Amino acid sequence: MKWLLRLSMLAVLAAVALGAWLAFGNRGGRPTPRADSAVAPATLRDPALIARGEYLATLGDCATCHTAQGGARYAGGRMTPTPFGDIPAPNLTPDRETGLGEWSFEDFWRALHHGQGRDGRPLYPAFPYTSFTKVGRDDALAMFAYLQSLAPVRQSAPSPSVGFPYNLRASLNAWRALYFAAGEYKPDPARSAQWNRGAYLVQGLGHCNECHVARDSLGGLPRNTQLSGGQIPVQNWYAPDLSTQANGGLEGWSEQDIVDLLKTGLSAKGSAFGPMAEVVAQSTQHMSDEDLRAVAGYLQSLPARPAVPAKDLAGGKAQAAQGGKLYEQRCAACHGKDGKGVAGVYPPLDGNSSVNEPTGINAIRVVLLGGFPPVTAGNPRPYSMPPFAQQLNDADVAAVVSYVRQAWSNKAAPVLERDVATYRHTPVD
Amino acid sequence: MALLACAALPAMGARAAESAPAVPDTLQQRIASCTACHGARGEGTPESGFFPRLAGKPAGYLARQLLDFQQGLRKYAPMEYTVRGLSPAYLREIAEYFAAQQVPYARSPMPRVSDAVLRRGEELVTKGDPARKVPACAACHGSQLTGVQPDIPGLVGLPYDYLSSQLGSWRTKTRATVAPDCMAEVAGRLDASDITAVAAWLAGQEPPADVHAQPAGSVNPPLACGVLGVRESAR
Repeated sequence: MKWLLRLSMLAVLAAVALGAWLAFGNRGGRPTPRADSAVAPATLRDPALIARGEYLATLGDCATCHTAQGGARYAGGRMTPTPFGDIPAPNLTPDRETGLGEWSFEDFWRALHHGQGRDGRPLYPAFPYTSFTKVGRDDALAMFAYLQSLAPVRQSAPSPSVGFPYNLRASLNAWRALYFAAGEYKPDPARSAQWNRGAYLVQGLGHCNECHVARDSLGGLPRNTQLSGGQIPVQNWYAPDLSTQANGGLEGWSEQDIVDLLKTGLSAKGSAFGPMAEVVAQSTQHMSDEDLRAVAGYLQSLPARPAVPAKDLAGGKAQAAQGGKLYEQRCAACHGKDGKGVAGVYPPLDGNSSVNEPTGINAIRVVLLGGFPPVTAGNPRPYSMPPFAQQLNDADVAAVVSYVRQAWSNKAAPVLERDVATYRHTPVD
Repeated sequence: MALLACAALPAMGARAAESAPAVPDTLQQRIASCTACHGARGEGTPESGFFPRLAGKPAGYLARQLLDFQQGLRKYAPMEYTVRGLSPAYLREIAEYFAAQQVPYARSPMPRVSDAVLRRGEELVTKGDPARKVPACAACHGSQLTGVQPDIPGLVGLPYDYLSSQLGSWRTKTRATVAPDCMAEVAGRLDASDITAVAAWLAGQEPPADVHAQPAGSVNPPLACGVLGVRESAR
């Protein structure tokens, strides 16, 4: 059944590719030479503009993807794994041969807003231009000025390892026809300036929806829902639904809870870990309080979600008993018998969105990997969690995770031993 | 009214303390992620050699290893995941915690090797192999092989499996450090039988009474070593 779906998706892709080729295929793209740019070189050297650009590039978390492990900042080289292959992030420093040294602002705008390279080729949407297209031109100019102010680093990005047919330009044109429409953020006049600022940051530079929504089998983002949670392909973490309303993944989170998590990595409702720990450490902890409040306020305005029909929660009695025993022995000393955690130190598990998310992946992997929440100015020496990968077998991890997902007020489905076996071997990037 | 509020506060505090676990404000408590495998005081698992001992190793060396994992020079996914978000200051503090621990050395299982192999090991450790430009281990790791402050680790008291796997991992490039990587060069000049010999002889040595690393400057390394010239720096 799955192969049939895949096959029909490929047929759709081929048809759309043909259409896209006819419609857009002949559209040539040439770089704008720097000499012909509408932006004067002196503008790009304005320290105030550069400083604003640095802040915006931090909000966009550009450095996280555009820096290789142990490499020079913004010099590219980190791979983004996708179901279609690994996509390297290019060098953003102003090196003439391997970076943006020859780029004009017009070239940069075309990449950010239209998702096209300097030669007009469509970029792989691992570069989240589906979100960045909403960024305003003034902000883009500031970011470009900042990137151009960096010390040039000579470093070529490795080639993408994308297989047929996804490596064809026509495939990308088809993908764009299905999932991408260029367009800056349009403020909603019925809402406050603060709400609009939050929406602009979340939908644009923050590119939250790139992880926090379920992608379809072609890696496309749904049009009819945003930030409703989804499994991050290949990386296999679950980015939770961000609605704070009824049935939302963050149901009951106050504005302060959201601000705390983004600023310090900890909140009264849960801690950041996995990919979100990196986002907090590199990006959100540096946001101004005003912007944090705007983001939190916008997230609080996301709609309530439909109630999920109650699943059969009856796990095996033996599993529940074993899970409860393990919880008592291994978890209760920090997270408390009542699952309430310790404020500012250990997150609560009762009502925790990452415990209760639909797949159980997050709880399984956190139990296996343990680790530190992000180091932030507000939490410079975080308390950590021991990894249990070496101490607990798959059945034990499944038992304790299933127990936690049903203890106290939690009502999530139990997890299976075979899920633990799968995620035990997920590479940790 | 204000008095009433004041009177109520201690009672509330006591109730909170009752339900929430008491958490010691110590580094040891904070780094449960480290101590789960390496032991509360960095004693490691001498019986298997799988989780290395950290106790008493020089702080500069330990901090460098954490940075190497962070930067992907040393490869071990669980370590890379654990340390990737930590600040240089926190890494340094963690390194100093383990460096300060004094834990007696435990005996580890020895491989069965011939006397000839042990003699070859002793020769490499104490004299090196000039024909193949292999310096003596003692030339850098100190005459007592207990290491040299602040960046060179000791070699005695460590399990055979740990020593041989580290030398092997330099050759397979899963362990590296800042250039010039002198240990990678030395390991590259050894063949598999040399690695067995060196690791076996070292593992069989009784640690000296004083296991502390020798003072800084007590050796004059025969090779250029990035780790000795370049201090750990923030990424």
